[in-house]
Formats: sequence, C-alpha cells, structure tokens
Amino acid sequence: MNAELKTGAQTQEESANVPPTALATPQPENLVAFRGVTKVYGRGDASMQALRGIDLDIAAGEFVAIMGPSGSGKSTAMNILGCLDTPTSGSYLFKGVEVGVLSRNQRALLRRHYQGFVFQGYNLLNRTSALENVELPLLYRGASSSDRRARAREALETVGLTGWETHSPGELSGGQQQRVAIARAIVTSPEVLLADEPTGNLDTARSREIMDLLTKLNRERGITVIMVTHEPDMAAFATRIIRFMDGLVASDQPNRRESS
Amino acid sequence: MIGNTILLALREIKRNVLRSFLTILGIVIGVGAVITMVTIGGGATLQVRQQIASLGSNMLIVTAGKRMGPGQTSGASLFKEVDATAIDAEISDIAAVAPVTTQSLKAIFGNQNWTTAVVGTDNRYLRVTSRALKTGRSFNDGELRAGAAVCLLGETVKKKLFGSQEALGERIRLQKFSCEVIGMLEGKGQSSMGSDQDDLVVIPLRTFQRRVSGNQDVAMIQISVREGASTDKAKRDIERLMRDRRHLSPSDEDNFTVMDMKEITNMLTGTTKMLTALLSAVAAVSLLVGGIGIMNIMLVSVTERTREIGIRLAIGALEREVLTQFLVEAVVLSSFGGLIGIALALAGSLWLSAVLNVPFVFNGGIVLIAFLFSALVGVIFGYFPALKAARLDPIVALRHE
Repeated sequence: MNAELKTGAQTQEESANVPPTALATPQPENLVAFRGVTKVYGRGDASMQALRGIDLDIAAGEFVAIMGPSGSGKSTAMNILGCLDTPTSGSYLFKGVEVGVLSRNQRALLRRHYQGFVFQGYNLLNRTSALENVELPLLYRGASSSDRRARAREALETVGLTGWETHSPGELSGGQQQRVAIARAIVTSPEVLLADEPTGNLDTARSREIMDLLTKLNRERGITVIMVTHEPDMAAFATRIIRFMDGLVASDQPNRRESS
Repeated sequence: MIGNTILLALREIKRNVLRSFLTILGIVIGVGAVITMVTIGGGATLQVRQQIASLGSNMLIVTAGKRMGPGQTSGASLFKEVDATAIDAEISDIAAVAPVTTQSLKAIFGNQNWTTAVVGTDNRYLRVTSRALKTGRSFNDGELRAGAAVCLLGETVKKKLFGSQEALGERIRLQKFSCEVIGMLEGKGQSSMGSDQDDLVVIPLRTFQRRVSGNQDVAMIQISVREGASTDKAKRDIERLMRDRRHLSPSDEDNFTVMDMKEITNMLTGTTKMLTALLSAVAAVSLLVGGIGIMNIMLVSVTERTREIGIRLAIGALEREVLTQFLVEAVVLSSFGGLIGIALALAGSLWLSAVLNVPFVFNGGIVLIAFLFSALVGVIFGYFPALKAARLDPIVALRHE
C-alpha cells in the first residue's frame, strides 16, 4: 500500500505524511470496513445526523447495491466511501488504511490510485472530446501522452464506444455519455468503482446496457462495484443489496444475480 | 505535467477567444504604453545628445557676469579679444578658442529682408562650433585685421534672402553697411532647444566692433577642449585665469561664468529622462488595471467551471494541481497580453518616431522587463482565483449547476 502510493512523481511527500497508526493496522481481507461510522452536518440545534453508526464490510470483487429513500444517508455513505468526506466519528478503513485521519491531498491520492467514480449526471468535461475526458485521470497520474491515448482508446473500446473518440459530450446520447464516464472511471484500472445512481437519467433500455457493462466489469475484471440506486430493477444486478434507513443499515442481504 | 497544463490553458483560452482578448486588453495597453513611452523617450534623449554633440559637446563658454539663474546675469564688464588670446596661450588641453560677440540685425538683399543673428568672430569660431563651409572660403588674415566687409551665410539666411539664387560673391546689407558673401556654411539643423542653428551671418570680429557695436568688447569666449581631455580641469583653469585677469581678490565672487556644455547636456537629457519615467509610470498603472481585469475574469471562470473543478478533484487531482492549472491559465493569458502589447508598441513607436522625427531606439531591456512584468501580473492576480478553485469542496462543486 505504502509502496504503491509512492508511484507517481508527486506522491512521495504525501505518502510520507500518512500516520503510522493508519498503516500499522492493515486488514487486507476487506476492501472497505466501516466501524461505527457517524456523520453529523452542522452544529448545535441546526445539526443533522446523516449517519448514526454504520458497520459495514465489503470484500474485493463484490457488486454491492446501496438502496434507500432520500435522506436515508446513502449518499453520505457514498461520499465517505469515495474519500470525498470523512466520518464525524467511527472509523473507515480503505484497504486497511484509516481514511479519517488522512489529509485532503492524501485522500485525493487514494481516489487517484484505487477508485473510479461514475455519477448520475455523467459529469464529463463539456467541449472536450470523449477521448480527452477518458484521458483525464491518467493525466494526474503522470502517464505519457502515448500511454494515455492507448489506454483511453482501450477503455472506450471496453464500453463499446470505438469510433466515438472525437465526439464531445454534447454530441453523445445520455447512455453514451455514461459509457464515457465509465470508461474514464476504469481507465486507471481501479480496485473499486463507485457509482452514484448511474442510471438515474436514463431510460430502461439504456439503463440495462449500463448495468450489463458494470456486471461485465465486475465479473471479468474483478472490479469491486459499489452502486447507489433507488431502482429495484437495477439493484437486481448486484450480488449484495444493502438498504439504508434513517442513517442506519436496515438490511444487508446477498442477491442472486439476474442472468443477463 | 506543466506542458500539459499549458496546453490545457491554451485550449481554455481558445474556447473563449473574444473574452480572453477583452481580458488581456488592459495588459496589452499597459505593456504597449510603457514600451512606447520608453522607446520614444530613449529616442528623444538620444536626439538631444546628438544635437548637443553637433554643437560641440566638449565646449566651454565664458560669459561676463555671474549667472544668477536661467537667463539672468549680474552686470559686469565684458571681455576683450586679448582675454581669448590669453586663454589660448595659457590653458593646456585646448583645441580652439574663439572670441564671439553677437547682435540681432536686419539683413537685406534686393527687396528681401530677414532679421538674423550677426556673429562677430574669426575663423576659429568654425572649429569651436564644429561648422564646415559648404562653398566659398573663410576669412583671410587681411580681412580679419582690417575688419573687411565680408561675411559667411548660414543656410536659413541664404534661403530667405536669395531663395534658389547663387549668393556667393553678392553683397548684402547689414543695417548700415554692406558686405560681400564669401562663403556658405554647412547646415546644422535645429538645436535641442528648438532654435535654428543656421539662422546666422558670420563677420570678422573687428568688422563687428567697428561697424556694429562701436567698441572693443567681446561678449563671450567659446572654447573647445581637446578630445579626451578633462573639461572640468580646463574649466577650473580658465576660472583661475579669468579671476587673475579681472583682478578679483579671493573674497570677491566671480564676475564671469564658465558654462560647460556637458552640464547643459546632462540637464537637458535629465529632463527628458524624468519626463519619460513619469509617463511610463502613468502607463504602468494601466498594467495594474489590466491585472485586476484578469483577476475578475479568472474569478468568473472559476465560478463557471466549478463543476469541472469538482470532477478534477473527485478524480484525484491535488489542490496544488488545480491551483497550478488556474495559475498557468492566468499567466498564459497575461503573457499573451504582454506579447501583443510588445508587438503593438514596436509598431506604434516606429510610427511615432517617424511622426515626431525622433530616432527609433530599440530597447531590448524594457521589452523583456515588460514581458516578465505582464507574466508577473498573471501570477499575482491569478493566485487568488486559483486558490479559490483549489480550495473548493469536491462534493459541493459536483452539485454546482
């Protein structure tokens, strides 16, 4: 972990700042471990408790769907999983590293090296070609321009968008844009793909295509997929369904994957 | 990484060509104005120097009376021709000494008349003031001794009285007497003070004393110091000699003045330089205004691209990488402004120097300084917006519409 963090020219000083306690308790059997995680927004009377103490373990290779009504805390949990936010109390171990004590930049490095993100609103850079969008994460990894190009083309091929490299997001359909976003998320070969309502803006047919793609990536590449959704049809693609309710885990069940 | 960042910045600028251009307009004008001012100022300074050099830069002028201030002198007895002879004989390192006395008189030829400066002196005057004869000859010893009615004409006087006609050998009237034109002086053009150096008639000193002033006085003595010798030393020596000749006791103040053309040169170039600096400082203010323009647009850009920044941060960009991106963009923008400003300034100064009749002096130093300064403006005014971008919370930024 520590050695891997040191890849990339600028990561050295960042990883040197990782506190020894975070590295002294590795639990490599679980990719993700929540221990009594709470999250409180605001202070005093105006405070809002989004997470009330979550315990959760996700192993490498799982396809997890997180469900729950609005305000149940699933988005908050997703932000913490993606190292965009830190728990108010409790501990979040990612690959055995305590994320709560890491600096903003150290968390950015975790995202850069191990995580891929897919959003509901695609979040592609406008007026930028599909290929350049996919190349973006590699740019921050300091990959050479030829390496970036080759890997971005490969990722676009994986999501079935060969021939659309030069099109900008405005020239692509919603389904195609989400495929570009998935290509961008997997171009760095991440260990975990975090998808926040990836089919929220798509019709049923496009949604199924996206879910098939995520399933394929999970099965064939062994990428752990953690997906937030409120559509049971989509959650049915997962191997495990976790339901959130009022900031707590209401249910956590394995799921027999729908054959596709 | 920095190469990529510059490429990224260029792409961003290309997307908003019109806005980018308007953003850098302040820098363009600032850099352009500063370089133009300095270039034209440099040309003007050079011109002043050249004109004074053509007058004789190592020239000393001895006048009677103590110089009190600009144009003011206290009354004191004038010199005699022997004073000039004494300086020539007793002071070392002197190239030439000319006794000079002048008066404004009306010159007449046929039905043309022209009021000009009549200079009574001898042939050494030509050497001291570095003038040459275009045609004809200078005075001979007989004419000088006898005070003959002969004269040398400056170009302006010749043009006013004779037009395109040949003047050599003709006789012109100077007030009460007529004299023969024996030589034409080479033109020297305008002096740095704007006076016409070719508007003069030169006659022998004795002729002047007999027929114009009616006394033996000499108003001033012009001295040219030998090339390479110290004018300061010559000046001190002359002062000592003149005090002696004028019988001044040690407690008396000088009743004459020795002016050094170098001092006048420095005074005039000093004025030009100060004006240049002042105008440049005013122009530099627009650079500051340009910087504020860049900060304004960069802040707008950060707000507009909040979502993009959120994406970058979520993907794993470090704070300093986002900071660098926006900083580089500001610097690239302002440097572009600098480059356009330099191009405009060079074209503008070439044109202005032609219009103002001032030599064009390319000053590479100020071009470099102006360019570096424009880049620095980008760094200074781009830093705050870039910091704002880098400090964004990715969760909030991603939700930004």
